[in-house]
Amino acid sequence: MRHLTRKHTFGRPTGHRVAMLRNMITSLLEYERIVTTLAKAKEARRFADRMITLGKKGTLAQRRRALSFIRSKGVTHKLFTTLAERYKERNGGYTRIFKLGSRMGDAAPMAVLELVDRDPAAAPKKRKKRVPAAEQQPAQQAAAAQ
Amino acid sequence: MPVPKKRTSRSRRGMRRSHHALRAPAAAACPECGSPVAPHRVCPACGKYKGKQIIGQEEA
Repeated sequence: MRHLTRKHTFGRPTGHRVAMLRNMITSLLEYERIVTTLAKAKEARRFADRMITLGKKGTLAQRRRALSFIRSKGVTHKLFTTLAERYKERNGGYTRIFKLGSRMGDAAPMAVLELVDRDPAAAPKKRKKRVPAAEQQPAQQAAAAQ
Repeated sequence: MPVPKKRTSRSRRGMRRSHHALRAPAAAACPECGSPVAPHRVCPACGKYKGKQIIGQEEA
């Protein structure tokens, strides 16, 4: 019986949904924080916890099992070294969700999903906005004057 | 085709609409920047929640 078995399907066929979750978890473990919809964040944290548990067990079999879900060998390596060490003393609950409010366009509730005790250095580097040369000159002079 | 027999009176119309009132969304002042924020949400103006910078950078 599958009574009381909670399952979010997101209106997607299984393959599409699993592919999406694998992408999300791979990104989450790599960058330690992702911005997504609240429903996806809530579903993804289950898989994030599962992966970190695998990482903490640390055997070759667990590593292969993790690699069958995570899309990157590099991220799997990080999971079995950095993250396994970081969460050694923590029993579950490796993620945190911040609610962000509604997205423009479809008013979907958005959220930040991040690893507890995350390393801010793992976040992707922000690309600097290109400033046209004409605007750049006065801005630099103003900065120099101060 | 069935149609209403009588025009709806002002009273009946008012009674029907007595349940149509809209409620203002819950809002609190952000403890960091004072702008209105929805409860349990990251402040959209300054990006802070419970005193921590969650998203974006502070304005210069």
